[in-house]
Amino acid sequence: MKMKKRLLDGARLKRTIHRLSVEIVERNKGTENLVITGIRSRGVPIAERIVKHIKETEGVDVPLGILDITLYRDDLTTVAPQPLVKPSHFPCSIDDKIVVLVDDVLYTGRTVRAAFDALIDYGRPRAVQLAALIDRGHRELPIHADYTGQMVPTDRTEVIKVKLQETDGEDEVLLMEK
Amino acid sequence: MRSQATALRSKDLLGIEPLSPEEISLILDTAEGFREVSERPIKKVPTLRGQLVINLFMEASTRTRVSFEIAEKRLSADTLSFSASGSSVEKGETLIDTAQNLMAMQPDMIVIRHRHPGSPKMLADLLPASIINAGDGAHEHPTQALLDAFTIREKFGRLAGVNVSIIGDIAHSRVVRSNIHLLTKMKANVTLAAPPTLMPAEIEKMGVRVVHSLDEALEGADVVMMLRIQLERQSKTTFPSLREYFNTFGLTPERLRRANDGAIVMHPGPMNRGVEISSDVADGPYSVILEQVTNGVAVRMAVLYLLAGGHLQES
Amino acid sequence: MNLLISNGRVVDPSQNLDRAADVLIEDGLVAKIGPGLKAPKGVATIDAAGCIVIPGLVDLHTHLREPGQEHKETIRTGTEAAVAGGYTSVCAMANTTPPNDERPVTEMIVAEAQRNGVCRVYPIGAVSKGLAGLELSEMADLRGAGCVAFSDDGKPVTNSKLMRAALEYARMLGAPVIAHEEDAFLAEGAVMHEGYYSTLLGMKGAPAAGEEILTSRDIHLVELTGGRLHVAHLSTVGAIEAVRRAKSRGLAVTCEATPHHIALTDEAVQSFSTDLKMNPPLRSEAHRRALLEAIKDGTIDVIATDHAPHHPDEKRVEFDLAPFGVIGLETAFAVCHEVLVKSKTIKLAQLVDLMSTRPARTFNLPGGTLKPGSAGDVAVIDLDGATEFASFRSRSHNSPWRGRTLGTRVVATVVGGVVRFDGRPSPAVEGKSRPQAARARGARR
Repeated sequence: MKMKKRLLDGARLKRTIHRLSVEIVERNKGTENLVITGIRSRGVPIAERIVKHIKETEGVDVPLGILDITLYRDDLTTVAPQPLVKPSHFPCSIDDKIVVLVDDVLYTGRTVRAAFDALIDYGRPRAVQLAALIDRGHRELPIHADYTGQMVPTDRTEVIKVKLQETDGEDEVLLMEK
Repeated sequence: MRSQATALRSKDLLGIEPLSPEEISLILDTAEGFREVSERPIKKVPTLRGQLVINLFMEASTRTRVSFEIAEKRLSADTLSFSASGSSVEKGETLIDTAQNLMAMQPDMIVIRHRHPGSPKMLADLLPASIINAGDGAHEHPTQALLDAFTIREKFGRLAGVNVSIIGDIAHSRVVRSNIHLLTKMKANVTLAAPPTLMPAEIEKMGVRVVHSLDEALEGADVVMMLRIQLERQSKTTFPSLREYFNTFGLTPERLRRANDGAIVMHPGPMNRGVEISSDVADGPYSVILEQVTNGVAVRMAVLYLLAGGHLQES
Repeated sequence: MNLLISNGRVVDPSQNLDRAADVLIEDGLVAKIGPGLKAPKGVATIDAAGCIVIPGLVDLHTHLREPGQEHKETIRTGTEAAVAGGYTSVCAMANTTPPNDERPVTEMIVAEAQRNGVCRVYPIGAVSKGLAGLELSEMADLRGAGCVAFSDDGKPVTNSKLMRAALEYARMLGAPVIAHEEDAFLAEGAVMHEGYYSTLLGMKGAPAAGEEILTSRDIHLVELTGGRLHVAHLSTVGAIEAVRRAKSRGLAVTCEATPHHIALTDEAVQSFSTDLKMNPPLRSEAHRRALLEAIKDGTIDVIATDHAPHHPDEKRVEFDLAPFGVIGLETAFAVCHEVLVKSKTIKLAQLVDLMSTRPARTFNLPGGTLKPGSAGDVAVIDLDGATEFASFRSRSHNSPWRGRTLGTRVVATVVGGVVRFDGRPSPAVEGKSRPQAARARGARR
């Protein structure tokens, strides 16, 4: 794979996540009942940063959930190698909460579909919202993001590579060609 | 200990012997993820929806069968269990005919327990379904060894360098063979103890230390694994009496003091209290026997999940 | 009954012969050996150029299964398998149904062999009535009907007193007792050799000591009785050592080894293939090496197949449940040539000695030689050929070498001057096919 374009550098990535945090608080008129939930794997550090930014700006500890959707995928018997199953975790009940799902890239929508199924096994939220760092289009299901870091029109042969300090040692988002 | 493998190479789990250390780590790591499922309010995930798993138990088993059934149900598989008694097997049908008849129902996986070694391999060679060995004679019982390893890893954070002593009827035990394969592959130190009449020929070639004294086996042990004395398989020529067996190889709290601080006591079950293990030990603070049972479900879910998945292709 | 086998390399250990020569058979007997022989008018010729010409192989240990177990093998199919492997004589073990413990059974075997067999068949009588190991069979009557030796093979003679009596009584009849040496208590429930692999596979093993104990007992009984003992399918270091010592003391003890024990070890059982289950079981590499050594130094007198056919349905079960035994007539020479001669363990002439000359001498049978005046029993074998064992002439196919290709080919087998197996390629020019069976039948007069 070769790089075609750097979509976000470290500084812009940081600003984008801050903007997402602000929008989430604004839209929900505060932080009450919010549960910020990262979808494994790269949704988790983004969710953590959102929680951290809310704490810095609002002074509130918003609960952080972690959701592993592997067991809810609809392509398990065809994908290989299999994704490693890891635990999901919620620090509190999600009943009657506003769960904001956080993922790095929104593409076909199938991951989010699986996340809905997974979420329902943990309780009955009042509302579920979706925040995506990058929306690259090509939806296969009627799903849209409530909060979008950046819209990037892509070709199906292209790949979005999100690198994060926590998982990859550096912050940047790249557009790659297969 | 991170696994590097991302999928199992075989469509079947016939034993621990054919697995690589990476594959063993993959199963154990995957089981970590599955344990969380059993702690949820809704203990079920849709992963194996629409897949048919047949549990073919040609030999009596409660613990293993129930554990597999729970694992299958938590993964939303359709399951069908049957045992030898009351089935066509009693009417003289051969294993191959039984299996081919079952295959006509198009199961995705068959979990088999059988008293003859090699029968899971027979099915695996013949049928397209994934075959999981749930114990074949005195040969292998891979999921038991995996859940034992999972429990040990949970307690000690690793397998390498852990001193594991396995005591009891080594000769007739499939559990011990799978455990030896697994523990030696993962660089644990294994000691076996039994009267020589219960120790099979040349077992030291499997990379284990063999002793004939319980005290010697307990000295320095981190894990004490007691095996069931298979009363139904003993003849009077293997040991003189249960009383004498308990006096020489039965585990009591006093004798357990020779083991390392923080040592744990395991037993694959079912236990014969007062034969290989005293109740004080079985119910005591070092015992992880019930945790083994709980972990068994997570490990079996992991195995089902990994075998159900797509197979490794060139990317 | 007249035939000229020309242009071959004649290897006959009975007369220390190994050279290019023609063999002329007249009236079913070897008439002449020499270079440049001419076929008399009307006598057929086999062109053996590039092949060895040897006295037909003699198997002292064959289970033909008839009467009673015709689903596994018959005298017809068993002898067809024999000639396909270069054998011209086989000795039929007594554990049929009913066992060969009475004259009528022996007579039936002899008659059926004459009617439908394609090689010579020598019956072996039972040591005990019903092979039950309790009372002697009517050995003199059996001998009179044509039995050449006595054995309860398949089972050891557990009772030492009965074994003593058998050796004494058979001595009077000038026949050997063939012993299946296995301590029944030590081998109870065993399905393979006891050692590392039985431990690994969790299967019940028979310790080598079991074979050694009974072999030693029987050697002591030979000393006591002056009888003639032939130890069947020797497979362990200790039993070999016991026989070696007995021979050095001049006792009348001979022994045989099978191709499978020479070629394979218990390591192979890891496949759980029931075609590797036989009794005695495949032993460990140390035992196999001892067998090779014993073949080299002459302790082993004979290679015998222990050809033991079982129906595919009987073998298509769990290893524990499968019957003991493998077939061997069709593969024996190819396997032994590969393991013993190609590996330079022994010379070709020694192999012919082990598979033809000495077996005949051990049981005092015709054959095993190409001396003029002896039976016209000949095998023509192409050592540079190859045989793919995809199917067998035996009614059963429980062979460890099923599906394998081995590097020799039987070109023709001649019994009493009649071609009973013809493995020569069909002459395409004539555009006529000559199926094996049709030819064999046609040749039967």
